[in-house]
Amino acid sequence: MSEFLQHLINMLVLGGTYALLGIGLTLIFGIMNVVNFTHGVLYTFGAYIMFIVVQQLGLNFFLALPVAVLAGWLLGAAIELTLLRPLRGSDIDTTMLVMIGAWIAMQSGTLWIWGGVAKSVTTPFPEAPLVLGPVSVSWLRLFVLAAAAMLILVTYLLINKTSLGRAMRATFQDHDTASLMGVNVDMIYTSTFAIGSSLAAAAGALLGPVYVIFPQMGDLAAVKAFAIVILGGLGNITGAVIGGFILALAEELGAGYVSSGYRDAMGFLIIIAVLIFRPTGLFARAERVG
Amino acid sequence: MKAIVTILAVAALASVPLWLRDPYLLNALITTGIFVIGAMSLNLLLGFTGQLSLGHIAFFGIGAYVSALTSLGFDIGLPGGFRLVHAPWPPIIGFVLAILIAGLCGYFVGLLSFRVRGAYFVIVTISFAEVVRLVALNWVELTQGPLALTNIPSIALPLPGFGELTLRTKFHNYYLVLVVALIAYLLIARLVHSHFGRSMRGLMENETLAVSVGIDVTRTLTIAAVISAAIAGAAGSLYAHYIRIIDPEVFAFINTVTMVIMVITGGKGSLAGPVVGGLIFGLLPVGLRPVMAPEAQWIAYGGVLIAILFVLPRGIVPSLALRLAKWRRPAGPPPVTVTETAAKEPA
Repeated sequence: MSEFLQHLINMLVLGGTYALLGIGLTLIFGIMNVVNFTHGVLYTFGAYIMFIVVQQLGLNFFLALPVAVLAGWLLGAAIELTLLRPLRGSDIDTTMLVMIGAWIAMQSGTLWIWGGVAKSVTTPFPEAPLVLGPVSVSWLRLFVLAAAAMLILVTYLLINKTSLGRAMRATFQDHDTASLMGVNVDMIYTSTFAIGSSLAAAAGALLGPVYVIFPQMGDLAAVKAFAIVILGGLGNITGAVIGGFILALAEELGAGYVSSGYRDAMGFLIIIAVLIFRPTGLFARAERVG
Repeated sequence: MKAIVTILAVAALASVPLWLRDPYLLNALITTGIFVIGAMSLNLLLGFTGQLSLGHIAFFGIGAYVSALTSLGFDIGLPGGFRLVHAPWPPIIGFVLAILIAGLCGYFVGLLSFRVRGAYFVIVTISFAEVVRLVALNWVELTQGPLALTNIPSIALPLPGFGELTLRTKFHNYYLVLVVALIAYLLIARLVHSHFGRSMRGLMENETLAVSVGIDVTRTLTIAAVISAAIAGAAGSLYAHYIRIIDPEVFAFINTVTMVIMVITGGKGSLAGPVVGGLIFGLLPVGLRPVMAPEAQWIAYGGVLIAILFVLPRGIVPSLALRLAKWRRPAGPPPVTVTETAAKEPA
């Protein structure tokens, strides 16, 4: 029983960051209809920004987090402006392949600059974990959960309570009509990609110090993000949050009770199962797929 | 004209081992040839049905593992205390089994994933390849996991009256790969120009219209997936018996991406496209190696992929064919019309 509770605690910490990754991707996928293969690179990028600010510049850990979010936002905006804006109106395969090219180039760039050796980030949190009866959780992981929850809340408010959010939702429903109503669709696309990218960078900045940082860390994160998006349904933010926690639970239980070697297979098995039984995602209203 | 070019190209390729003595270059040509076969099989799906399989390396890897395990033998425990013991068989049987089992996997993936299209199909195929990779990594009893399967025997051809010819040298393997590539090329060419090929292109151009004229879309797509997977499996088998060692890294996503780059660069939906793209991207690392670090090479790869999509979105071969058509018929109809008919004509 205590083992199961421990898995639940781990699931909460992991699920929070997975939700961040999923929200970012589902926004881009849903609003822009772009299969964003650079999402994982942005995750890696966020983690390396943490490494640069904390280890190389020696600045405060809590300052590094907003720096990573901002850097992710800027890089996302740059990718959108240089690679996606000129290809507006191309089919989904073309933009996807361009994103794959950008992903290869940027990941190799990371490898070139920082090398393949895994890096770690020192955190200001005490080594000793917080013990709550039968379970224990490290202070760092608690902070990760709190920060992720806060970012999810901010994103939710941004989408649902601001005029930018309203314009994004309108573009998601019908970009031609939104454009006719005076929404600057180009600006919405750039903002969407920048916000999605900053969330991926935030997820990397939060999980990087928990694990280790290396150039290929984003690859698995990207596929997990796709699993979450498929689970939650296209462009569905609430679905992405719930999907993030479901994937985390499946991974924890799979690693705990089946075999730790298959932890990372859970996301893929979920993708395959969802697409077989409920291809519109678990929480989507009826909508045509593909 | 076209036939002469083809015959000259084949003759030029066949003459290479007679004058090229550098084993490093010959090795690069053989592995490139193997990947060209993979790229041709990917082109059958991507170029002629419009379905992008980003898990294509799974069929290649399954072919490699099936062929290696058939010729090495294995001894694994099954649930319930049974053991499955397989004594080594000749590699040529492994080659055949690799084609059959990869094709079977193509059938199941097609069955599952052609319920969805577009981005969803892409993600299902990625997931499939990753699950297969994790199984190859974790089922240590069968695959040796990260320790790799080693000492895979070379393919031996039975020659009636002369015993056996073991294809161990690069010289032999070059011709083996060339012959398999030619067979795959001719098979795909036949298929594309048949009634079935017209069904495939029809549903790529307009699926609703294809259904309305009586094309069974799911069946057509599944058959294309089976043939494509089987050819990829053959390429994987050649790879296993040539390199003679395989580990789960064969399933790396970057290998699928390499094949996709070959197809896109050369020109999807063109028969010669994957060959041209494959030769360029297979030999590019050889040319870049003295001047660039491996990481920088990959940056160049990504950059070239993006540049090709921006500058020549149709790929090299179709763009060149278009240039040639314009050059030979300067007073003919305006080039735009040529483009449109070339793209829209259902062959």
